Amino acid sequence: MSEPTALVELKGIERHYGEGGGLVRALAGVDLAINRGEFIAIMGPSGSGKSTVMNIIGCLDRPSSGSFRFAGVDVTPLSRDQRALLRRNYLGFVFQGFNLLNRTTAIENVELPLIYRGMPKRERQEKAVRALHLVGLSGREHHTPGELSGGQQQRVAIARAIVTDPLLLLADEPTGNLDTARSHEIMELLIELNVERGITIVMVTHEPDMAAYAHRSIRFVDGLIAADDARKAA
Amino acid sequence: MLWEAIKLAAMSIRRNALRSVLTLLGIVIGVGAVIAMVTIGSGASQQVQENLAKLGSNMLIVRPGQSTFGPGGNNDSRAFDERDSTALKANLSGVRGVAPSSQRNAKVVFGALNYDTTVTGTTADYFIVQDWTLKEGRVFSEGEERSGTTVCVIGSTIATELFGKADPLGERLRIGNFACEVIGLLESKGQSAFGTDQDSIVLLPLRTYHRRLAGNTRVSSINISVMEAADIPRVQRDAEDVLRERRRIAPGEEDNFTVRDMTQIANTMAATTTILTGLLGAVAAVSLLVGGIGIMNIMLVSVTERTREIGIRLAIGALERQVLTQFLVESIVLALFGGIIGIVTGLGLAAIAALFMDIPFSADPQVIALAFIVSAVIGVIFGYFPARRAARLDPIEALRRE
Repeated sequence: MSEPTALVELKGIERHYGEGGGLVRALAGVDLAINRGEFIAIMGPSGSGKSTVMNIIGCLDRPSSGSFRFAGVDVTPLSRDQRALLRRNYLGFVFQGFNLLNRTTAIENVELPLIYRGMPKRERQEKAVRALHLVGLSGREHHTPGELSGGQQQRVAIARAIVTDPLLLLADEPTGNLDTARSHEIMELLIELNVERGITIVMVTHEPDMAAYAHRSIRFVDGLIAADDARKAA
Repeated sequence: MLWEAIKLAAMSIRRNALRSVLTLLGIVIGVGAVIAMVTIGSGASQQVQENLAKLGSNMLIVRPGQSTFGPGGNNDSRAFDERDSTALKANLSGVRGVAPSSQRNAKVVFGALNYDTTVTGTTADYFIVQDWTLKEGRVFSEGEERSGTTVCVIGSTIATELFGKADPLGERLRIGNFACEVIGLLESKGQSAFGTDQDSIVLLPLRTYHRRLAGNTRVSSINISVMEAADIPRVQRDAEDVLRERRRIAPGEEDNFTVRDMTQIANTMAATTTILTGLLGAVAAVSLLVGGIGIMNIMLVSVTERTREIGIRLAIGALERQVLTQFLVESIVLALFGGIIGIVTGLGLAAIAALFMDIPFSADPQVIALAFIVSAVIGVIFGYFPARRAARLDPIEALRRE
């Protein structure tokens, strides 16, 4: 990577919930740098802070202290709407539960982030059709989530996340609701997006099989990074 | 973006069709009730106004007895006779006409057909006082009035019922045990304020009526038409003076007759109708308010139910304002849709009611526009709170919700 600055730069990030005696330190001082083009797996037991760090990187949550720079820009002082714009323009989300709109066709789901960008309908539909093609769902544009299998639903969700050409794709247990065969298919797709489209991916998972697809695996324990293993590309 | 929001709203309304319809119902009933009430009410008061004109303008009605108008009156009181009417006519100034009248129900026969109607004995002044115009023929001559000739003027209902399309003029109509020649046909007046057919009428010269039908010389009422509306109170007083003298009522003693100002009665009726309309409209407006609360309720349910959806929208970059707009537009679209259906339903009900009550149907475009605007305003007011709640949701919390 020729870029001098990291895409994501966390320094001394803490995130506390509650007050006084009931204070919970979900993150207890995390330093993490993610470069462009990386594919990172975040692992750890539940309550270790892996989801919290994802929410902070995803600009959904704000740290209690510490600094977070995204593409060199300090995100911590940004307002709620400014962070929404950041998500809209640079981030893509894939969730464990797919989080598609019910009774809404695949193509409408994929178009949704483009609607908020104010993109004209024709352009929007073209991009959505291309994104669905990319995830291997050509011909299913007008199926609603209820008419698609779990794996297909997750593909729609991935199409929705990448239709905006994000810098960073955040995947929170993307294979958590899928069987093994389907999980591997999804991972192949993520690898393809990472390699061919250069999308940086951060994925939370508790399955070592899935984490093995990533180039770098970070292990969280008790709100701190316990291990950070960079591997050679798979 | 607004057009997108409207389409989005339409989509989500369609997705919950049954619930949307039930929500709409509140607004539909509210708006429909207001529109129906106001439209029926304005039709009714229009009717009263028209009746006021039909009654004959600036009319005073003199009846024996002190009880209110309507048939009967106080039977102890001495009836009037023709001379009372003549005296009034001679002594009152500024009047268009003074017409004594007596009436009773009778069967009128022509050929094989007969018809039950009201036969009235009166003078030529009656046509002036009651604003009757002749379609054909003529009214009674002075000679006919004096000698009690068997001639009659008939209303349009009698003409159609007994003569059909044939010309009734010159034909002889049987009334009880005598026959009279039809000399005039009246223009139609339609129904009266009390729903009776004003055209079902046969008019005879007063003396003919007394001799041939009544067998007495009583006059049941005397109608006086005043030229200038401003003169009505003076003429009313003068008429009372004349009659008190004729009936030898000592000063301080109560009148045993009544001189009634019909214009005043009609105005009172019109005012009463307006008040009633306002009252019913207000009651209907309350149901509109209830409809609005229904919208708020359903929007709150919708926000709770769609928390996850809102979370998704926020996560993929929807601004607070955009979520607010979406929900606000949804409630406005819902309210407006209900409003439109309500307007149509209300007008439909009013039209049906107008048909049955036989009053004119008059849709007021101002009221319709107002109902439309009120619906939109209800959408904004009752949609704002739920919409703001949706916009302020924490995306993390919202996404966690099942």
